[in-house]
Amino acid sequence: MRTRTQENIIETLLKFATSITILTTIGIIGVLLYETISFFKEVSIIDFITDKEWTPLFAQKHFGILPLVSGTILTTLIAIAVALPIGLTIAIYLNMYAPKGFRKSFKPMLEVLAAVPTVVYGFFALTVVTPFLQTIYPELSGFNSLSAGIVMGIMIIPFVSSLSEDALYAVPKTLKEASFGMGATRFQTSFKVMVPAASSGIIVSIILAISRAIGETMIVAIAVGQQPRLTFDPTVPIETITAYIVQVSMGDVPHGSLEYRTIFAAGITLFIFTFLLNTVSFWIKKKFHEKYD
Amino acid sequence: MKNMTNAQKNKLIDNAFKVFGIACTFFGLIILAILIFNIVEVGLSRIDWDFIKDLPSRRAQKAGIYTALMGTVWILFLTAIIAFPIGVGAGIYLEEYGKKTKWASLLEINIANLAGVPSIIYGLLGLEIFVRIFGLGGSLLAGSLTLSLLILPIIIVSTREALKAVPSSIKDASVALGASKWQTIWNQTLPASIGGVLTGVILAISRAIGETAPLIVVGALAYVPFAPSSPMDEFTVMPIQIFNWVSRPQHEFAVNAAAAIIILLLFTFMMNGVAVYYRNKWQKKIKW
Repeated sequence: MRTRTQENIIETLLKFATSITILTTIGIIGVLLYETISFFKEVSIIDFITDKEWTPLFAQKHFGILPLVSGTILTTLIAIAVALPIGLTIAIYLNMYAPKGFRKSFKPMLEVLAAVPTVVYGFFALTVVTPFLQTIYPELSGFNSLSAGIVMGIMIIPFVSSLSEDALYAVPKTLKEASFGMGATRFQTSFKVMVPAASSGIIVSIILAISRAIGETMIVAIAVGQQPRLTFDPTVPIETITAYIVQVSMGDVPHGSLEYRTIFAAGITLFIFTFLLNTVSFWIKKKFHEKYD
Repeated sequence: MKNMTNAQKNKLIDNAFKVFGIACTFFGLIILAILIFNIVEVGLSRIDWDFIKDLPSRRAQKAGIYTALMGTVWILFLTAIIAFPIGVGAGIYLEEYGKKTKWASLLEINIANLAGVPSIIYGLLGLEIFVRIFGLGGSLLAGSLTLSLLILPIIIVSTREALKAVPSSIKDASVALGASKWQTIWNQTLPASIGGVLTGVILAISRAIGETAPLIVVGALAYVPFAPSSPMDEFTVMPIQIFNWVSRPQHEFAVNAAAAIIILLLFTFMMNGVAVYYRNKWQKKIKW
């Protein structure tokens, strides 16, 4: 009998540990909604979506989220433009071309790129990449989205390369061999057989990389400047949603003030973006997963 | 190109792509090498015993990382103590108890989603719940609770992977001998999978000590005059100290930042190294 009770207590404890994950989700959504609703009692939601200026910390206050959203999209686009071609090429190379053993030792080495703390990448973008780019293009501002985006892209290469390679690896050998048997080269087999067959896994890896880039904070907080600006010019200072939250948090903003609530309004915008992307990737994974099982 | 046969053209493209593939693979590694080389070049000469044991200062030459280093060590231990039992417990529950129910698949979707939530959002959660409602203020405890929630999904997923790798014959044998479910897990499944479990926990904690944004949001300060002595004390950590120094225009502070980065990277790489070593050793030892 003692064992029975003991078993029940343990199971309850484990269940409680698991339920913390649910509480976390409820907490995140609850906190963001609660503060955002208070925010929209003072600021019109129309202004929030349509105003082209974001100046909550100035005397002349504007609460248009667009400049922060455009900054976030701009840095993300640059990062993906770097990470997608390089990451996908690495995945194909490791899967189709590289000698045996190469794959096993290079995948973990590349994953070190994702283990480096992001504040280190921020330092790198500001003190190495920006000065280097300025030697090529002198008009480049000291703070800009170009170098932050490029460095962010390098950071997320392993997300694309590792997950895409996993997807390629999961394609049945028979498809590859059939293609080789028809006399196709590795290049033809890669792009006409393997990539299409692994497309759902590759798309998921890209979506996860995008979601990661959107939420990335320290690189942009250090290297893009703190100037919300509705532009897609990669050479001038801008600000992203995440960098704004950091900027406010570094200062002394009293709890309950409108400025305090702006970080939650910005946060919920960020959360919606990443939530949609994660949901889409989850859906793709579920829907196309059993294709070759 | 014109007087080549199709086969020759295809062969050429094939080889060109191979070269491109090698270039791409090394690109990331070369950038990593440049990054590390640059930081070591700028910062290494700044590291001495004084730099480690000095308190922060407005003058770059006199400033040290003692308070930040102690903050990071505190955060590391508190986060480990909080996240380890909860994460491993949840992993065990999901893998061994609550399988294949609707509730379980909901939990699974939820955890996958949490893993994709940006770290700064966890900061906002911690700010409202731990700092304000629980009244913990910008303390070490509030910071490590926030980071624990952030790394829970990583620990849960890796715990499940490790448990999954234990063959069911071992569990069946244990149950057949009359062991209860928990006795089986505690005496058979966990010891057999502990290497994988610990690898995941170490990797998750190494991620936590590199985190900056959520702790800034929770209210960790850029300037803390003394090293914390209890979980309720205000604190700063290495990444925030680095961020603070990077944000200043004077070159001397950039040197300080580079020096602090070397120490932070030592932490990160050491933990990753230990995790990988542990995983390899564990995988070699156990052959089912």
